[in-house]
This record gives sequence, C-alpha cells and structure tokens, in this order.
Amino acid sequence: MNQKYQEIVKKNSPKENVLINAVVAFITGGIMGIIGQALIDGYTTWLDISTKEATVCMLVTLIFFTCLFTSLGFFDKFVNFCKCGLIIPITGFAHATMSAALEYRKEGLVTGIGMNMLKLSGAVIIFGVVSSFVFSLLRMVVGLI
Amino acid sequence: MTFKFNNAYINETATVTGPYESAGPLGKYFDLCYKDLYFGEKNWEEAEVKLVTSAINILKKKSGVEADVLIGGDLLNQIVASNYAMEEVKGSFIGIYAACATSTLGLILGASLIDGGFASNVITFTSSHNTSAEKQYRYPVEYGGPKHKTTTFTSTGSAAALLSNVKSDIKLESGTIGKVIDSSIYDVSNMGAVMAIAAADTIYKHLKDTGRDIGYYDLILTGDLGIYGQKILKEYMHSEYNIDLKNYNDTGVMLYDLKTQPVYAGASGPVCAPLVTYGFIFDEMRKGKYKKVLLAATGALMSPVMVNHKLSIPAISHAVSLEVML
Repeated sequence: MNQKYQEIVKKNSPKENVLINAVVAFITGGIMGIIGQALIDGYTTWLDISTKEATVCMLVTLIFFTCLFTSLGFFDKFVNFCKCGLIIPITGFAHATMSAALEYRKEGLVTGIGMNMLKLSGAVIIFGVVSSFVFSLLRMVVGLI
Repeated sequence: MTFKFNNAYINETATVTGPYESAGPLGKYFDLCYKDLYFGEKNWEEAEVKLVTSAINILKKKSGVEADVLIGGDLLNQIVASNYAMEEVKGSFIGIYAACATSTLGLILGASLIDGGFASNVITFTSSHNTSAEKQYRYPVEYGGPKHKTTTFTSTGSAAALLSNVKSDIKLESGTIGKVIDSSIYDVSNMGAVMAIAAADTIYKHLKDTGRDIGYYDLILTGDLGIYGQKILKEYMHSEYNIDLKNYNDTGVMLYDLKTQPVYAGASGPVCAPLVTYGFIFDEMRKGKYKKVLLAATGALMSPVMVNHKLSIPAISHAVSLEVML
C-alpha cells in the first residue's frame, strides 16, 4: 500500500457534481412521476378501469416505451443525462434488461439472450424478492403484537 | 530490465480505425477509417478480427514483405481477435497480453528476435474495439448508466508495424520491460490512476538502466493515462523520483478532441498508443520535430472477476526508445 501515491491520486481526481446530479435526478424523476400519474388518470378515464388496473397499464406502457427507445439507440443518452431520475423508476429496470438483451442477442436465443438478459437487473429481482419477504415478515410480526 | 538494440528498425506501419478516431484531430494520419463499428461483420468480436486482418493486409501491401513471425494481442478474453485474425493470415504467431501495453511489448519482443538474428522480418500488431471491450469489461453498450469523469473511452482500431534489420528512418533503439505493480486502486472507472504508477516505475527504470537524463528525450509519451492520470504521473514522478516531466504528453489525450467528443478523460485501449505514435508522432519525427521519443505504453491488468474478489487492480508498463535516423 503506497500511502503517498494514494494521496496524489486523491488530489488529482476530479470531484463529481453530486449536487447538480441530485437536482437533475429530482426534477427528471419528478417529471417521470407526473407522466406515470397522467397515464393512470388517462387510463381510468378513457378505459373505465380501476386505479389498480390502470397502474399496471401505466407500468406496461413505461416499460414498452423504455424498451423501444433503448432498442432505437437513444435512451442511453437520456439515462446518462437524467441519471437516477430514470434509473430508480421502472424505466431503469426495463432499460438495464433490454440493453443486456440487445447486447447478447447475437450469441443465440438461449445461450445469449436467455442466460444474459438479467445480467444487470437480476440483482434487482433477487433483492426485491428477499427484501419484500423480510418486510412482510416484519409487518406480520408487528400486526400480531 | 532494459534491452539495447543495435539493428532493429520500424520499416513500415499500418493503422486502421473506427469512426470516432477518424473524427478526432489525428484523423488524417490513419491509413483506413471505417464508417461504423461493424465493418460489415455480424458482431463486434468479428469486427475486431476484421480490424486486425485489414491492418496486416495494408502493411503487407505497403511493404511488400512477408513476415517470418507475427507478434500481437488484444483486450478480449483468450485474445480472440488476434487468434482468429491469425487463422486467416497464416503465419507463425506469438500471442501476447499486456492489456494496453501490448503494443510496446510486441515491439520489444520483435526487436529482440531481429537483433538476436532469429528473424529478419517481424510484424507486431495490436487492436481494440470500443464496443467489444465495453461488453466484456463494463456494461452493455446500450446501457446508459452515468459514468465518472475519470472514465476513459476504449479506442477502436488496429495498428501494425513491420520490424526488420533493414535500415529505415525510425530506429528502435532500446526497450524496457516493466514490472507488474499493485496500484492499490480499486476503482474500475479510474484506470489512469491505476496505470500512472506503473508508467512512473518503467520510465524511472529506463532512465536508470541507460544512464540517461530525462532531458535526453525530446518527447516522453505515455499510453492511455487520460487527463487525470497525466497529472498524477507528473506529480508522482516529481515527488518520488525527483524527475520533472516537461516534454511530456499522453496518447490518450491526443487521439480525440476532448472538448467535443464524448470520451470523458480520454482514449484508452491497446491500440491508442500505436495509433497516435505510428500515425502522428512518426510523421512529426520525420519532419524533424522530435529526434528521440520514449513511448511508455501502460496497461491496467484489470479483470472484473478479481475486482469482485475485492482485489486491487495491478498495472504494467513497457517502454521503447525510438530515434529518427535522418
């Protein structure tokens, strides 16, 4: 471990613009929320369905357009600009899955897409399931008390 | 370890690039520039194979010489781009890997074979491809996750050089084989910091072995440290070895227009150093701007598996001393 070198590296490495990134993510993430809510309102009005069903339709719509724009090759530029504004909502999950699928499609349907599609987003599924199990358990225990 | 060569010359070079490199400030110095990243192939890996075969075919056409031995390598697992290209070229082949320091390692090995009298014509080559490297080392290409400012952009291209004992205007005067150095850096997006310490070690070793002063060289070039790696190297050289790098540049900073092209801290990849050197620097040397150039290509020996094992990233640098014979 070269302490002196570490210090020189630290001194000469640029600072990331945390504040600007956070503000951009806040605004773009907020816009995503507005779009989502507008879709839910639209679906409940036009299709005459319940809010619960409209929420599912909204998610499917967002996923569809994210995948389409990722495939058309310009969604990565949006994500790069908006950062967590697009990564945290469902668009981030869809984008990660779709980009991996595109990347490996030439290695075959099973060995390529099948085995690699969830390369980035697999962790989200695993830990999503685990954490929802833990929280449901907590809720049940709290409910019993 | 430094080798001194008496009779090793770079007779001819060939450079092939992708669209980003030809759009950069050195675009006019390259022999062939492809317009997209597939070059008519089905996938990026095969596209990289085509880069290598194109470079070697151009070199053979320009020089009209068949090589006794070919030495080369690339970034992909099992150096597949080189291996599959060699299947087409059909020559005796030595595959090497030193990440982005492959070019200078190839030059040193080739010159050793020539100076030792084992071969009279050696082709040394290297290649890298932006998207095939992104796919293997980073994230899927279409994934737009935010990148750090220190991230470098893997250059697309292939560069080949013909070495022989026939006198030409560029002499390979000596070469220093570097050591693998633990950078104690864990950040995969800061390769400049990983490699700067290796470059410093090799440059210092070279000067010590040859008994030269830093002022002996008109230009010191490093491989692909990028803007921040450059600063780190300068400061570390000063504080550790008391050497001031004055006539110094980094090929990673020269290949692209850092202001207008989306390349963050600069170019990287094994082909970055030879593209700039064979294309631009040799031209400047022939014009008389530089007489003696030390090229220290730097390689981050990064493996995503070892990084996941929480191990720091090692680096290596090999340097060659080039002289113009006018």
